[in-house]
Amino acid sequence: MRRKFGATLYIGLFLLFLYIPIAVLVAFSFNESKSRSYWTGFTFAWYNKLLHNHEILRAAFNTLVVAVVASFAATVIGTVSAVGVHFLDKRLKRLMTLLTNLPIVNPEIVTGVSLMLLFTFLKVKVGFETLLLAHIIFNIPYIVFSVLPKLAQMDKYLCDAAMDLGCNWWQVFFKVILPEVSPGIMSGFLMALAFSVDDFVISYFTGGPTSQTLPLTIFAMTRRKVSPEINALSTIVFVVALTIIFVVQFYESRKNKHLLRRNGS
Amino acid sequence: MLAALAIVSALCVGICVFKNESHGSLEKQRRSINVFNWGEFMSNGSDGLLNVNQEFERLTGIHVNYTTFSSNEEMYAKIKSGSVLYDVVIPSDYMIAKMVSEGLLAKLNFDNIPNVKNIMPNLKGMVYDPQGEYSVPYAWGVVGVVYNSQQINKPVGGFDALWDEELSGDILMFLNSRDAFSVALKKLGFSFNTDDKNEILLAAKELRRQKKLVQAYVMDEIFDKMQSAEALIAPYYSGDALVMMRDNQNLRFVFPKGTNRFIDAACVLETSEKKEVAEQYINFLCEPRVALANALSGGYSTPNQQAFEMLPAEIRNSQIAYPSDDMLQTTECYCFKPAEIGELMDALWIEIMVADEDNSIWVMPVFIVVCITTTISIGIARMRGRKQRR
Repeated sequence: MRRKFGATLYIGLFLLFLYIPIAVLVAFSFNESKSRSYWTGFTFAWYNKLLHNHEILRAAFNTLVVAVVASFAATVIGTVSAVGVHFLDKRLKRLMTLLTNLPIVNPEIVTGVSLMLLFTFLKVKVGFETLLLAHIIFNIPYIVFSVLPKLAQMDKYLCDAAMDLGCNWWQVFFKVILPEVSPGIMSGFLMALAFSVDDFVISYFTGGPTSQTLPLTIFAMTRRKVSPEINALSTIVFVVALTIIFVVQFYESRKNKHLLRRNGS
Repeated sequence: MLAALAIVSALCVGICVFKNESHGSLEKQRRSINVFNWGEFMSNGSDGLLNVNQEFERLTGIHVNYTTFSSNEEMYAKIKSGSVLYDVVIPSDYMIAKMVSEGLLAKLNFDNIPNVKNIMPNLKGMVYDPQGEYSVPYAWGVVGVVYNSQQINKPVGGFDALWDEELSGDILMFLNSRDAFSVALKKLGFSFNTDDKNEILLAAKELRRQKKLVQAYVMDEIFDKMQSAEALIAPYYSGDALVMMRDNQNLRFVFPKGTNRFIDAACVLETSEKKEVAEQYINFLCEPRVALANALSGGYSTPNQQAFEMLPAEIRNSQIAYPSDDMLQTTECYCFKPAEIGELMDALWIEIMVADEDNSIWVMPVFIVVCITTTISIGIARMRGRKQRR
């Protein structure tokens, strides 16, 4: 009993530590004054103001477009390359895994600066296109990273069996491999999406006049007082993310129940 | 099968979105200009004021790609890298001088900017652009001392009060080398545009002495700290001081003699391919109603005479936002400093920030060396253990 109490306390403290900052952020998005330390009254004014703030909304829109498009593109490229890497012979496979993992370990600032230098060298003016390209590039390793283990889990002979039964390579890819690794693709996509929305350093170096993302806009606001509109926006983002997670969880658990019932009967 | 279909359709959607987006932005680039401004420095419609960029788009059909920066140096680095194409930038005084000297800014064609006549006469021919060929003032302000008159009973005259031992622990200070050094230099009675290394070393000494008294080095945290009386005295910009005073009636603001007046001005870049449109945009910024909206939303003083006359009386008559010409005569603008002076200041500033009186500077290196040796010795011990086991 006592041990259980200790464990609960530990978990409680742990969760508190994780979520207190977000709770404070959410609470102060409803604060009447601009203060970040004193509570003066409840209001929805910041949400209303946010809806009229063209600058922040455009930045949020840019961020979303870049994140979604870049994650889609990276998912396609990453999945195909993961399949390719999986069927390489052992030594080449190890080399390729190393090469694709390197960008993840590599500090973002190095990636960002080197991309900027590359664009300058190629005389490309940075803007939306270069930002998108940069995001696709840094997202690919995450996809490969999460698809490769799923491929390793797959039954080695599944592809051979499919081909024995008359599938060609395309059919094998779409009907056998993709359904097998789809959880990996999905989690890779979500990870890429999160990293894309989040990214500051690489966007800072590769973005230009047509593509300011939200993190950059918020950073530029810090010279003066950051407005609680940012709290409001962050609250909205947090709630949306929370909803997505709940929906996914709900869907998954229903699917699992379904499978259990089918297997049981 | 379903998953495959989903992914294929997702792919299609992705490609479509990508195509549309790049197509759209290409289209926009044909009739668009790129504007680079300070963060939170332009009216964007969130206060019920004019949305400046949207209005410009509505009137001219030219799309404004508006992006923001948080410091002059950040902006300069971006532009100097040569990989970005901006048309209009709004840097501060000393940065304009630097950019002019490096040929980054274009001479303006004032035939396209008739509204320049609205600019206050006392803002013409400033040191950073003596002929007024490269820039059109956008906003300005003065550095002064904000203090809490309820808690501080003696008169505060100038920067000296920031070294007052009785206020120890209640003093805030700028968190950037340029502003901090200018306060110290002014306190010593020097010009903050000095090239004399000895004067800068003396100022550094002054700052080091002050460090014991300072509660915190801040930029935007100053609002909360001053409004809640957590700190009692701080140097800051006049426009922001007005915002603080609105929330805390006990706050007062004084101009030390010979203090800094800063001016941010709109310029067109030499690399711009749409100089005429850029000038049209600057002209639009000089329209009284636009300047008025920007002044009201940013809180900084407007250089626009017409807009000034349209301001509410309490702001117009404020000695803080719009000090008398006599007072302004005594102020000084930042000039562009030779690189070595700037580097010396930065180096001294880092030294001041890092050095802690209580801890010797050796603590960190020694700690790191100890960590490394422990790691190595553990590694060696393990290897030996493995050998013995064999």
